[in-house]
Amino acid sequence: MNLALRNIYTIAKREIGGYFTSPVAYVFIVIFLLLAGVFTFPLSDFFARNEASLNAFFVWHCWLYLFLVPAVGMRLWSEERRLGTIELLLTMPVTGWQAIMGKFTASWLFLGLALALTFPMIITVNYLGNPDNGVIFCGYVGSFLMAGAYLSISCLTSALTRSQVVSFILSVVICLAFIMAGWPPLNTMLEQWLSPNMVSALSNISVMTHFAQFQRGIIDSSDIVFFLGVIFFCLFTTGVIIRSHRAG
Amino acid sequence: MIRIENLIKLFGPKKAVDNISFTVAKGEVLGFLGPNGAGKSTTMRMITGFIPPDSGSIQVGDYNIMTSPIPAKQLLGYLPENAPLYTDMTVYGFLSFTAELRGLRGAARKAAVEKAIDTCFLGQVAHQNVDTLSKGFKHRACFAQSIIHDPEYLILDEPTDGLDPNQKHEIRSLIRNMGRSKAIIFSTHILEEVLEVCTRALIIDRGRIVANGSPSELKAMHPDAGSIILKVDGVIEAAVKDKLNALNYVKSFEILKVKENRVTARVYPKEKGSLFAEQLANDANQCGWRLEELHTDEGRLDEVFRQITLPDTVKQDSKKKEPVVTVRI
Repeated sequence: MNLALRNIYTIAKREIGGYFTSPVAYVFIVIFLLLAGVFTFPLSDFFARNEASLNAFFVWHCWLYLFLVPAVGMRLWSEERRLGTIELLLTMPVTGWQAIMGKFTASWLFLGLALALTFPMIITVNYLGNPDNGVIFCGYVGSFLMAGAYLSISCLTSALTRSQVVSFILSVVICLAFIMAGWPPLNTMLEQWLSPNMVSALSNISVMTHFAQFQRGIIDSSDIVFFLGVIFFCLFTTGVIIRSHRAG
Repeated sequence: MIRIENLIKLFGPKKAVDNISFTVAKGEVLGFLGPNGAGKSTTMRMITGFIPPDSGSIQVGDYNIMTSPIPAKQLLGYLPENAPLYTDMTVYGFLSFTAELRGLRGAARKAAVEKAIDTCFLGQVAHQNVDTLSKGFKHRACFAQSIIHDPEYLILDEPTDGLDPNQKHEIRSLIRNMGRSKAIIFSTHILEEVLEVCTRALIIDRGRIVANGSPSELKAMHPDAGSIILKVDGVIEAAVKDKLNALNYVKSFEILKVKENRVTARVYPKEKGSLFAEQLANDANQCGWRLEELHTDEGRLDEVFRQITLPDTVKQDSKKKEPVVTVRI
């Protein structure tokens, strides 16, 4: 394995270990599964819909992640700065980029694990009917990418401050803006004042718009580029912020 | 060798480090002294590549820390101030993690972790979570990570801070032993530590190097260094004064204490040297004084430190208050 990947792997392994040695991981997973269940079954009337699909499940994801993903990401860098371990980590023979990638990958995999634990949904819907599993797979891919985009935003806000609370709130606000830009009621309202082109441009920067494509079972390269672009931009900015902290 | 040239670091308008240059070779233990906020930690952070300098160059072995940070960092071991640790790990897990980042794998990593645990006396807490440890253990766990890869260069920011006297002693002897084969820079507020461990000391004040020399050279900067404390019995004060006034190799003296027929005086030589004590002892014997004590004052590092690093205004005030009774010949 090459050295950079080795370092990313070592840092990611430590992060994941950190989640599971504290109650954080278990509390998160339980709450995530519980809320996913509550949103899908009682709130969306999953059974009354009489549809062999997981639409009722995925449609809530951008709201579900709004609070849960910042809760996972808020400590990524703010904790390092509060404990002073950032000085230890960045004076090791690793680059800032490797440290950022290691930490991000660990948290993203953790979110992936939480998402994967919703597999009983797939079993349920396959047991009850005859769904298009390709669409379900697309939904999962989209959901995972969206979680990554939210996480990269949390990663950025956690680099801004030592306080996890400030990091959490900032992250929720930014993620909310990314949802609202494509929220249909808001878009309808904006159409009264803005030209249709401007409204559609605005809704194009929304995670909701891009995730909707995945829900329909369409994997469009532009949607993948959007999510990966957000991730890359936020992680790059995180690197800039960390470097500027060090420069004093 | 670590070579630092014309290092400057600004924090806003304040010059935290102001044109510092020095070198540390292998086999040297360099003590970094200075009041709080003098720029010690900032200098160390720049050497280890944590913060970039505004100008100047830092050479670690064959590498420049700015242009080739990764190979330079591989040669360094660093104990940051306050010994930060990941609180959600065990000591063993933490050391294992740092060893892995240092490029140690498999059996080599296991051996390195076990050796570091042994060297830093962490055996009894190896499988304990870091946040349950006392301050002394935390400090040693962080110290252990700095030596885990047996680095050629060690940068230690206050390595004995918060340790009890026994632990301090252990860490000091460890540093002294390692100093034979490595180049070590360590900062401290404890002046005895410098005398005990360092081969050379730097005093930094307001970002500048104000003194650089071996501990004994620094002590010799004290105005009383080289003077002799003389305590004689069976003689009156006037006779001692007369005799000392008559000696041509004595520059000046002061009577420190007179109790019955026992006189204690501090005698300053015209030329500092080892012969002075011998001459004075001979003359005292010839006069029939009973010598109770005669020793050369080597100077005191804490006084030198105060003299150098106190702000000028405070220095003037403290000079005024000092009652100096010196008899000029």
